[in-house]
Amino acid sequence: MIRTGLMEVVRNKEIADRVYEMTVIGQQTIAMQTPGQFVHIRVADHAEPLLRRPISICSIDQDILEFTMIFRVDGRGTELLAAKRSGDTIDVMGPLGNGFPVVASPEEHAWLIGGGIGVPPLYELAKRLKESGVQLTIILGFQSEKDVFYEQRFRELGDTFITTVDGTHGLPGYVTDQMALLQDVPSIYYSCGPHPMLKAVEKALPNIPGFLSYEQRMGCGIGACFACVCPTTEGQGSYVKVCSDGPVFQAGVIA
Amino acid sequence: MNSLAIKLPGLDLRNPIMPASGCFGFGQEYAKFYDLAVLGAIMIKATTEESRFGNPTPRVAETSSGMLNAIGLQNPGLEHVLAHELPWLEQHDVPIIANVAGSEVEDYVAVAREISKASNVHALELNISCPNVKCGGIAFGTDPEIAASLTRAVKDVSEVPVYVKLSPNVTNIVSIATAVEAAGADGLTMINTLLGMRLDEKTGKPILANKTGGLSGPAIKPVALRMIHEVYPHVSIPIIGMGGVQTTQDVIDFLSVGASAVAVGTANFVDPFVCPTLIDELPEALHSLGYSSVEEISGRSHR
Repeated sequence: MIRTGLMEVVRNKEIADRVYEMTVIGQQTIAMQTPGQFVHIRVADHAEPLLRRPISICSIDQDILEFTMIFRVDGRGTELLAAKRSGDTIDVMGPLGNGFPVVASPEEHAWLIGGGIGVPPLYELAKRLKESGVQLTIILGFQSEKDVFYEQRFRELGDTFITTVDGTHGLPGYVTDQMALLQDVPSIYYSCGPHPMLKAVEKALPNIPGFLSYEQRMGCGIGACFACVCPTTEGQGSYVKVCSDGPVFQAGVIA
Repeated sequence: MNSLAIKLPGLDLRNPIMPASGCFGFGQEYAKFYDLAVLGAIMIKATTEESRFGNPTPRVAETSSGMLNAIGLQNPGLEHVLAHELPWLEQHDVPIIANVAGSEVEDYVAVAREISKASNVHALELNISCPNVKCGGIAFGTDPEIAASLTRAVKDVSEVPVYVKLSPNVTNIVSIATAVEAAGADGLTMINTLLGMRLDEKTGKPILANKTGGLSGPAIKPVALRMIHEVYPHVSIPIIGMGGVQTTQDVIDFLSVGASAVAVGTANFVDPFVCPTLIDELPEALHSLGYSSVEEISGRSHR
């Protein structure tokens, strides 16, 4: 059964330019067992704006039934979400979709590669991998210094590299520029970010098992409306739905 | 007596609420939320003879109190629907209304002939109003003569009653409605989406890859009400109303202008429980207005 229900906002604060970290509490957190899943949030209780907003789950605390999500204000819906205060309630559907498979061997060396607002789901994943003893190299790309968030938190979990497109923080350039500078190769990699970044990452790490989390405009969030389809590499009209077949796919699946 | 029950051609509905085609897939996704047997019926996603991938993405764009979609009739094709989706739905005690689409008359006829044989398909909904495909769809729904001849061709082969889904993208909806009635349609479903466009603020170009899409949601309710109100006095076949239904008041409004049953579309995306909620709330809403049944309130605007 998929759950929907009201959850209470515990904290909501701006942690980078127009980027908010919101923590909510409630029973639905119990179902959030896999990193990389998302929730579908109704931002208003009337018809304007109408549709739910899909937001990835950033971290989960089962002990106190809280989870955190990070979103960038980029329109009417996220503006309303940014205005939520401690004690307000939000209508949450989820967790939805399939998350990242967590490898659990200290033999593994995982690269986590995130871009912009695609960084958040990698945080819970990094915590789980670290708990399993997996060696972590984390590469996070942003547009500019003002957009960077969670740098310190990731540093606590593994070797962390930051890139910015305008060179104001970390290595100037893209995540793939940083990847090219690293001496070793991972045994597995995980990535979340814009489609062109994911394709570039995939191309840079051939023959290495990887899991990529895709983003797409969604309607229902549960697989019924066919809004978020992506063609697959099989061709001939074959497709997957990002919301219900993904958002995480094995490298090589999405065209 | 169940105040919500209503009998329509081919359909013995336990209540007048059903999800609209294209907004509910083939039911599997919503079965994760509730027992589908509570529904009056299910209008399944449009089925074409061959599988269709549909349009490129982006396929949806939110608008003021509504949304645009240009999915492009993506579906797994007739054979797959007959072999998988309809048999899966059989475990739920709920009548299915199969939405039939195509590019040519022959496509519609081929789908209608086969899908109407499925034991749980109690009626067909002839899709002559999809605005998002290059051939077929809306082209059949904007000319009364073409709409009538397609209706006749499908009626000839269908083993169950045929409802025709009307497009609002016409200047005279009454002429289309009366033409398909004369051609043998057993009922009307109205309205499909309104053709629209939304621009990307930065580039000034359409957001949808298809450029245009079908507008749905609360924004189109006034158009739907007006059109049903207009058609109702001119036809004697029943109307299943749809267009922005979200609340019990919306259901009452659609019944008032002449609908005998009501389909819920976009609202399923916002609240997956919207249909069961409306079914729960409707008896009280009818009662508070002094009506004891759906049949009694239907068409009250005209009396």
